[in-house]
Amino acid sequence: MSQLFYDAAPNATRVSPEREADRHYPEKSEAVTLFGTCVVDLFFPEAGLDAIRLLEREGVRVHFPQEQSCCGQPAWTSGYRDEAKAVARKQLDILDRSGLPVVVPSGSCAGMFRHHYPALFADEPDTLKRVEALAERTFELTEFLLKVCKVQLADRGAPSRIALHTSCSARREMNTHLHARELLQQLEGVERVDHDHESECCGFGGTFSVRMPEVSGAMVKDKTRSLMDSGAVEMVTADGGCLMNINGSLEKQKQNFRGRHLASFLWERINGASAGEVA
Amino acid sequence: MSQRIPVTELTPDFRGRAEEALADGQLRENFRVAMDSLMTKRANAFPDADEREGLRELGNRIKAGALSRLPDLLEQLEQKLTENGIKVHWAETIEEANNLVHDIIEARKGSQVVKGKSMVSEEMEMNDYLAERGIECLESDMGEYIVQLDNEKPSHIIMPAIHKNARQVSKLFHDKLGEPETEDVNQLIQIGRRTLRRKFMEADVGVSGVNFAVAETGTLLLVENEGNGRMSTTAPPVHIAVTGIEKVVPNLRDVVPLVSLLTRSALGQPITTYVNLISGPRKPDELDGPEEVHLVLLDNGRTGAFADAQMRQTLNCIRCGACMNHCPVYTRVGGHTYGEVYPGPIGKIITPHMAGLDKVPDHPSASSLCGACGEVCPVKIPIPELLQRLRQENVKDPEQPQQVKGGGAKYSRTERWIWRGWQMLNTRPALYRSFLWAATRFRALAPKKAGPWTENHSAPVPARRSLHDLAARHLDQNGGRPS
Repeated sequence: MSQLFYDAAPNATRVSPEREADRHYPEKSEAVTLFGTCVVDLFFPEAGLDAIRLLEREGVRVHFPQEQSCCGQPAWTSGYRDEAKAVARKQLDILDRSGLPVVVPSGSCAGMFRHHYPALFADEPDTLKRVEALAERTFELTEFLLKVCKVQLADRGAPSRIALHTSCSARREMNTHLHARELLQQLEGVERVDHDHESECCGFGGTFSVRMPEVSGAMVKDKTRSLMDSGAVEMVTADGGCLMNINGSLEKQKQNFRGRHLASFLWERINGASAGEVA
Repeated sequence: MSQRIPVTELTPDFRGRAEEALADGQLRENFRVAMDSLMTKRANAFPDADEREGLRELGNRIKAGALSRLPDLLEQLEQKLTENGIKVHWAETIEEANNLVHDIIEARKGSQVVKGKSMVSEEMEMNDYLAERGIECLESDMGEYIVQLDNEKPSHIIMPAIHKNARQVSKLFHDKLGEPETEDVNQLIQIGRRTLRRKFMEADVGVSGVNFAVAETGTLLLVENEGNGRMSTTAPPVHIAVTGIEKVVPNLRDVVPLVSLLTRSALGQPITTYVNLISGPRKPDELDGPEEVHLVLLDNGRTGAFADAQMRQTLNCIRCGACMNHCPVYTRVGGHTYGEVYPGPIGKIITPHMAGLDKVPDHPSASSLCGACGEVCPVKIPIPELLQRLRQENVKDPEQPQQVKGGGAKYSRTERWIWRGWQMLNTRPALYRSFLWAATRFRALAPKKAGPWTENHSAPVPARRSLHDLAARHLDQNGGRPS
């Protein structure tokens, strides 16, 4: 009976059990391909540029094929398999040209390459082999920096309190939800504070946000509320979709609180200023 | 104030009901508080992640293995149950199942039925079917009793009345039973109990569900916490168990990990207060127990799911409810918004096989695909993957043969063309770059309203330069541009 449960302790901050990533990481390569993602491309290009700078700082040459566009996820999650597949095939061709490791500044697009491309091409054995090779060499930015580059960050910023939002794809598909935390831990002046229902979805879900605006809107309202109540001065995230959703909602609510892409935040902290602005 | 769902009529208006639920502050608080508590209980019940993952893997293998030889196991189950004196009945549809149950009651000239908690009987809408034929069917699970009293449907498969708080139950008992108002949970339970105890003794027939049907031994296993299941299955002279065909498992050994997964995932309990193993009617030398035991095995679309290798995984479900407890959508809109017997993530993947996808066309879309359900499912049903598959089935051309019952309900020529356009944009680099160029140069012209997006967000304004531009310039300067 429902009433029995009302005395139970509230679930202030539920974070998924911490799991050590079981992925095997290669030695750092000389060069990588950055897959920018369509959301970063159009709405947060400075975050993409900061990702490039962070990689270059580690001595990694960054390729940015100009033919790249979108990973295909919007059509895939909308049920338009053929259209998603055509776009995926195009990206696969482009990324296969150099065969370099692919670094993605977004958990959900990295998850698309690693987990959904194999499902899309399950019926094409030859393509599937290429897709599996792509999955094997795809890394979310935070895991590439932390696990492959073994980055060491020296903080030059003023003391700050921030909240970290981890995308569901980073958490559940990429298993990289702890990597961003570890990166932030390297920054001496940065205190990361938990927020209520931290592991809960921000409500974006791609086209879910426009197909079910009532439910999605309720979710992002709750997310922004818990972020603002956390005591943090800003939010950082390694996922462009969540960032667009959360910032768009905050702006609509006329709040001053904002989120930022983790790449821009890290670059600013280690340089003492944001270098991601357009000249 | 809670939503009333017409018991017989389904409307496909998920969004309308969701909007109503979201505006109901009390309902949202009730769900949030309850789901938080259930999530915490589950997490505490699995302190060792390795043990949990090992057990989930085992649970998945047992269920998948059982399903892979479902016809054989069902045959064996029937044979063993029959040997044990349990009469087995097969029903393809809920009408057939209701008829069978009615016939058994009629043969005993029964007029009062007491029922333990059973989601399959909810699926059959057995209470209404029997009521229309002059037979009173009383729910004996406290939560089920409450929703029955208020003429509602369960809002959760484990906690049927989770959408109500103590004050609301108190008011209901006051209005319907004339009891003095009290918010003391123990007193409320005593009120319900007084009514129910009398009914157990008077009932002609007891109805229950089944958690696991064991083929090798012909045993029906039923877990519960209130003792009402044991009362319903032992006090009346006839016991009718109703269950879905997917509940069969090969042997008793399989039941041990499955029960552990079920009770820990559902309520965070190491085991339920009662675990009933029913292996036949009263024997001549026994003092109690029913004289007759029947099992009604219901299909109701399950063989449709079984026939599809991917969708078959839906039948792994052991009905723990963890997927809804962890679902950010369910938590916000509550179970009644789904307008179906099975709410939440599992409801979204199982209902299409029962009712048809065209009855619930919005359900596959009512998910951000966050994956919380799949993460906690004790038998590892890849729920997000199956939702994605249903989205594909939803937008198929309705003129074409369908793989899922009622597929093609969301087919839209316009939307198909929009995605074709999107495909063109994203497969032609020159076109895509022109689009970027235009969107960034003319960013001041970005529309202030962007459909449903701007209901919850400010209008999205493109950056001044795209990453394509910035990266090209940067890599040119740094000499790092690919050859």
